[in-house]
Formats: sequence, structure tokens, C-alpha cells
Amino acid sequence: MDLLALVDCENFYASCERIFRPDLKKVPIVVLSNNDGCVIARSKESKDFGIQMGAPWFKVKEGFLKSGGQVFSSNFALYGDISSRVMSVLSQMSKKIEIYSIDEAFLDLENLAIESHDAANDFGVYCRNIVKQWVGIPVRIGIAPTKTLTKVASYLAKQQTHYPGIFSITNNQKDIETALKRVPIHQVWGVGRRLNKKLSDSGMKNAYDLACSNIPLIRKKYSVVLERTVRELRGERCLAMDENPAPKKQIVVSRSFANKISDLNTLSPIVNDFGVRACEKLRKEGQLCSKVGVFIRTSPFRTQDRQHQTIKFYTLHQPSDDTRDILSSIRWILPKIFRHGFCYAKAGVMLSQFTDENVLQYELFEQINGARRNNQLMKTLDKINHSSTQVNFASQSKIGFTAMRRANVSPRYTTSWFELPTVN
Amino acid sequence: MKLSYIGNISADSLPQNYTPFFAESVPVGFPSPANDYLETPIDLNQYLIKNQVATFLVKASGDSMINANIGSGAVLIVDRSIKPNHNDIIVASIDGEFLCKRLQLKPRIALIAENAKYQPIFIEQGHELEVIGVVTAAINIYK
Repeated sequence: MDLLALVDCENFYASCERIFRPDLKKVPIVVLSNNDGCVIARSKESKDFGIQMGAPWFKVKEGFLKSGGQVFSSNFALYGDISSRVMSVLSQMSKKIEIYSIDEAFLDLENLAIESHDAANDFGVYCRNIVKQWVGIPVRIGIAPTKTLTKVASYLAKQQTHYPGIFSITNNQKDIETALKRVPIHQVWGVGRRLNKKLSDSGMKNAYDLACSNIPLIRKKYSVVLERTVRELRGERCLAMDENPAPKKQIVVSRSFANKISDLNTLSPIVNDFGVRACEKLRKEGQLCSKVGVFIRTSPFRTQDRQHQTIKFYTLHQPSDDTRDILSSIRWILPKIFRHGFCYAKAGVMLSQFTDENVLQYELFEQINGARRNNQLMKTLDKINHSSTQVNFASQSKIGFTAMRRANVSPRYTTSWFELPTVN
Repeated sequence: MKLSYIGNISADSLPQNYTPFFAESVPVGFPSPANDYLETPIDLNQYLIKNQVATFLVKASGDSMINANIGSGAVLIVDRSIKPNHNDIIVASIDGEFLCKRLQLKPRIALIAENAKYQPIFIEQGHELEVIGVVTAAINIYK
């Protein structure tokens, strides 16, 4: 039978921090976002301790450290190297692999000719053991006939103890049904918050209810995307490898500042830098955006300060992925929202209303040679700046991203000769 | 000590995807006869590392392995994918610490130092010994 596997690293950043620190085996670990703002990863012990995802660090710091927890600033040099090792190991196990994120990958198991439930679990155990031994990272594995069902299986792998970290759903209808009944509807891949509310209101509680719904009705009432989800839940493969439910609908680049900012001349190069980064991401996704938003806010935690937060949008005449278009939008927005006398703690650039770069329609009165889309300059820039920024826009801050607060960063164990782990 | 010549190596550390540089470019003068025999210089990575994704480098500290030619400061090549056998030099984690020792499996499990100054560490029941990987090479820098 044709099966796919979703391999998901457990608590990835926290697990990376543990590889070279055997003393932290059972210690609660949290990893903080850039600038040590909030919690972006937690070990199992930290979750059990009650630390929430995204919690502002200064709020949970005292209790967490007092209880013996260990904190790390994010160390992307380390996580990137470990991720690529995990992905290399996985690519030796299957001839087709899709890297879905830094800590997740889909494997096509077709060539393994897995014929039974037990064989699927055996593969899971084998894969999990190899990744753990070779790289030191624990992974969770969901095996199923469709991508959406591998997500279901991965969710169930978390819950069970029989085969720790592994769950398989075979092509058998009974097998699929029992699995789906155990999954609440908001856990289904592609069901976001808003959709969850609508579906729950119409009486659906679990994934099985959704899988049983009437397909033409789903398409009419919701979307083709949800129709595909329903079909996938029934075991019918709609999403091929390298194909996912919906491309990103917006790109946000934002940071909180280590030092509060109260003048426009300091703020604008930093916001421009966010704009440049957001455009790089936009071009990577192969999208054009029509709407540019800029937001700024003071720190809501500094109750003694005067508070101000706002967001404003600019709509481009024609969808673009050209950094210069986005920068001029920012130049238009920022002075209009900035107010003197406030200490801003965070700002961000948001790109939205995407169109695929291949299906762009020209406006009636737009001169084609006036449009800057798809030009060689941006491609060249992306190439030059591929691994680290070499060429900057004049209006862009060069220190926006490097002047980060990373007080608790661990050594770059695997990427620097000077930071190798030591043994006695 | 008897030495045998293996080959020459460029002074820089060589990247994996090293491509030889062809000196021959302009059709004037006499072309270097060596160009026809150009080969990629020896790659230390290739020699030292069998399974790159499972290999980590660690730095030794202390003199407990001196008789196995692992001096303080030596860089150890640790391959996590090799199953440890009796008498292998390994990196293990014990009581929350990384140690490099020789693994003894019989008559009883122990970690043996390569220096008479240090006592063997016997793994008693209830103690957790986790072998991280097998040390396949040590690089000592003399100068």
C-alpha cells in the first residue's frame, strides 16, 4: 500500500540544546525568541510546568528559574545544522522527501512496500531509533495514506504509550475511522480558528464528523481547500508531495527592540530593514503582494509609560515583489503613524493580499514598462544576499537584526572550531 | 618510526565541493604540462569522516587518555552511527557529564582510562551509561 510518513522533531529547539548538555536531560528548558522577548520552544518538562507558548519571558522568568529551569537564547546556527543532519538521515530512508519546516518532513514510503500495520510501525521504530542515535534528536512519526492523515497520526502519536512517538493508519476504512474519532476538529490540518468555530457551530466535533460531511455541500459552503481536506481524511490522496493546503496568506517581519525607540530617524531604518526582509520572504514564496502594512507599538508591560499602538496599510496599484515598491509604501506610512513622545518597543511590516507571480493581470492603464515586477535586479540581490546580507538598501538599517539581545545563547557546538563541546 | 608518503595536501582546509583551479587560460606561452594530470588535492574530511551526518567533533581535555595518544586539546572525531564494541574508545555520558574512555564490556562493564593515574569507572546497577558515539580518530596539533 502507498503510505506517507510525517516526521516531526519533538520540541526541536529544546532538544537541540540538550544534545551537548547531558546534565540537562531531565531539566525543564525554554528557548527565547530573538531579543529574548518571549518563549518560542519548550521541553516537555517546561510544558508540564505550565509555561505557555509565546509567553513573555520577563513574566515567567522568576518562577521558571527558581524551579531549576534552564533558559537559552535562540541559537539558529546550531538548530540549522542539526536540522540539516536530521533531514539528511531521513532522505537516506526514502527516495522522496519534502522538507516542510525546520523540524518537519514528509517521506514517501512507496518504495518500501509496506503491507501491514505492524510493518508500518516497525519502520517508524527503526526511523525513530536511527535519528535518535545518529543525531540525538527524538522524533515523532505519523504514518498514513495521505498528508492530512499523517498529521492526524502524528497528533495521536503524542497521546499513546504502546509505541512511544509512533502511530500508523493504514488504508483500511475501519482503521481510519477509529483514528479520526479520537481527533478534535481544531486539530485537523488546515482548520484554523475561524473555520473551527464555523464547523463546531454546525455540530461537528471530531475529524470523523468532518470526514463524513457531504462533499458538494462543503465545497459550496466553504471552499475547495476544505473539500480536499475532507477527501484526504477519507484516505483519498489530494495533496502530492511538495503540495500543501494553502500558500501563506501574509508575511510579517517584526521585532521587539532591546532599547525603546522614541525618534523617527532611529526607527525608520529599522522598519525599512523589516521591509527588505519581508520582501525576500515574499519572493521566496513566489508571490506578489498588493497590501503593505506597518505597525508600531509601545510596551504594554510598561504601564507607567503613555501607550500608543497603531497599524496602517498602503495598497499598491499593482501587485509587486520589488523591495523598492515596498520601501516607498513604508516611507509613506511610517511618518503618518509615528507620534512624538512615545517609547516604541516593537514594530513590524506586514505584506498581504497575495497573487501568484505567474497569474498576474495587468491593470488597464498601467504601463507595462512602468511596472518593476520580476526584474533581474531583485533576483541578483537575492543571489548576492543568499547566505548573509552583502548589499543593503540605503534606507535600511544594517544593525536591525544583528544588535540582538541574546544573553543566554549556547555555544555553536557544530559550526565553530572555537566552540566545540569538551570531554574529559 | 617508519613513514610512508600518502600525497600532498593544500595548506587550507578543503571544502567538500573543492574544484581544482585550472591555471591554463590564455593561449600564449607554454601550457603547463601538469594540467593534463590535475587531480583534486587530498580531502581530510574524506579521510577522517565516514558518515558525515552522524559525526560530531569534540575537544578532549585532561590527560586521562594520554596512552591512547589523545592529548589535552585534541579534537576527536565522534561517529554516533557506529555500534560500540569491547575496547572501542567512546564518548559516553554518565551522571550528566561527557567522558572519553575506553569501553570495557567483559568481564564487567567499565570505562577505562589510558593513564595509570586514573581508576576504572565501573558501571554499577542503577547507574546510567549512555554511549554517545565511537571515537574514530583524534587530531593532535603540535605547533
